[in-house]
Amino acid sequence: MSGESTKKEKVISKRIDRFFMGLESAYLFVKRFFKEVWFPPYEFKEVIRQCYQIGYNSLPLISLTGFIVGVVFTNQSRPSLAEFGATSWLPALISIAVIRAMGPLVTALIAAGKVGSSIGAEIGSMKVTEQIDAMEVSATNPFKFLVVSRVLASTFMIPVLVLYTDFVALLGAFVNVHANEMTSLSTFFVQVFDALSFLDITSSLVKSVIFGFTIGIVGCYKGYNSTKGTEGVGKAANSAVVMAMFLIFIEELLSLQVTNFFRQL
Amino acid sequence: MIESVVQARNLVKSFDDLHVLRGVDLDLFRGENLVVLGKSGSGKSVLIKIMVGLLTQDEGSVKVLGQEVKDLNSRQLNELRLKIGFSFQASALYDSMTVRENLEFPLVRNVKNLSKQEKDKMVEEVLDSVGLLQTINQMPSELSGGQRKRIGIARTLILQPEIMLYDEPTAGLDPITCMDINNLINQVNEKYKTTSIIITHDLTCAKVTGDRVAVLLDGTFGASGKFEEVFENAEDGRIKSFYDYNFIKQ
Repeated sequence: MSGESTKKEKVISKRIDRFFMGLESAYLFVKRFFKEVWFPPYEFKEVIRQCYQIGYNSLPLISLTGFIVGVVFTNQSRPSLAEFGATSWLPALISIAVIRAMGPLVTALIAAGKVGSSIGAEIGSMKVTEQIDAMEVSATNPFKFLVVSRVLASTFMIPVLVLYTDFVALLGAFVNVHANEMTSLSTFFVQVFDALSFLDITSSLVKSVIFGFTIGIVGCYKGYNSTKGTEGVGKAANSAVVMAMFLIFIEELLSLQVTNFFRQL
Repeated sequence: MIESVVQARNLVKSFDDLHVLRGVDLDLFRGENLVVLGKSGSGKSVLIKIMVGLLTQDEGSVKVLGQEVKDLNSRQLNELRLKIGFSFQASALYDSMTVRENLEFPLVRNVKNLSKQEKDKMVEEVLDSVGLLQTINQMPSELSGGQRKRIGIARTLILQPEIMLYDEPTAGLDPITCMDINNLINQVNEKYKTTSIIITHDLTCAKVTGDRVAVLLDGTFGASGKFEEVFENAEDGRIKSFYDYNFIKQ
């Protein structure tokens, strides 16, 4: 009996050790990013290539999802407002919901799935096929070329995608509102912008930057530390998505608290 | 006296409980081709990875071109790496780049003020020397195993290294392609005046390319000398069985 409990204790202690070692290695990875990002050589070409991959290649998926979110959210909100005879408030309600929360969150979750997994898998497969070692022996800093460029690109492009998603979701909402309430485009957008404050837009952009950084750094960290051949690549891609999504929700919660604090000032 | 370009003394390396190198001594002299033989997992690749600073030894010293590798800072290590070409077992070509981009990659990062014409000329010249100029715009996924090996070697040659390290150059290739690669190694040695270490467990490769062979057994060199000296009068059963298995004992 005591032998069994000692065995269990060992397993638990190993898991705790592994958890803290993982935290330390993630901390060192992020620290290395902030150390290397400021100094030359700068991989501008690679950053632009990655911006194209992350931004342009995500447009079809983001467009479709954003539009559907706008249409569905408007449709679901109408009955509640109709009970109070307040359907004219729909544009204001939707703009606040989309700009403050749904636009950044939906974009970040889609990007975590699409971009995070692709970064994790790409860097993971480069790691297990010795391509990263090959860069290192040809006197190139692979961290700078692969990690810094991807994290920067994702940090720049996610806010751009969020703005685009906001616009497409509002367009979807307009289509629905126009079909039901016959509201014109100009009236709709006047009401949308009237409902928004400077804090709404800045907080949305600031958290998009944080989401972008998270997606990039988690994907790179998981890929860069992948082991055990092709199985490891799959695991890296999968855990990059799971970890990024988890962190995005935590960051959303924290950003809500911070924004509310500023709102009350 | 012939200059020693790589000098390893009492090299020890372990991975957790696995003791891979247990006091390796090695001298590589300028202009020679040294073949390091040994079973899979005997630490051959670990040995050359320590020489380029991809791994660090637990104990002992490795001097490459007179410099102690583990004492170098990252700038000095990169300067040293420019003088060493490393051909990886699985070629390690960058999947997302064409053959041209693969070859340009080390060039544009390490040679300043190179015009496009000069760059193109260097890429074409080195591709021609491995006989694959026609593949210049192809992706690595479109190449055969042998072609990938050749392009991998070309990529290391573009910076004109003094030392070439080949990690299992003939692994996974058919016998004819193996012979092509063996001949290429000899041609490279002759044309670029390189000093080479060839890691392999293929005795034909060792015989064709090596001026000297060293057999890694249980973490140290069990035998070293000319191919015939090592194998024809081998008394150690492990070396004999290695020879018999490779050449199918008659």
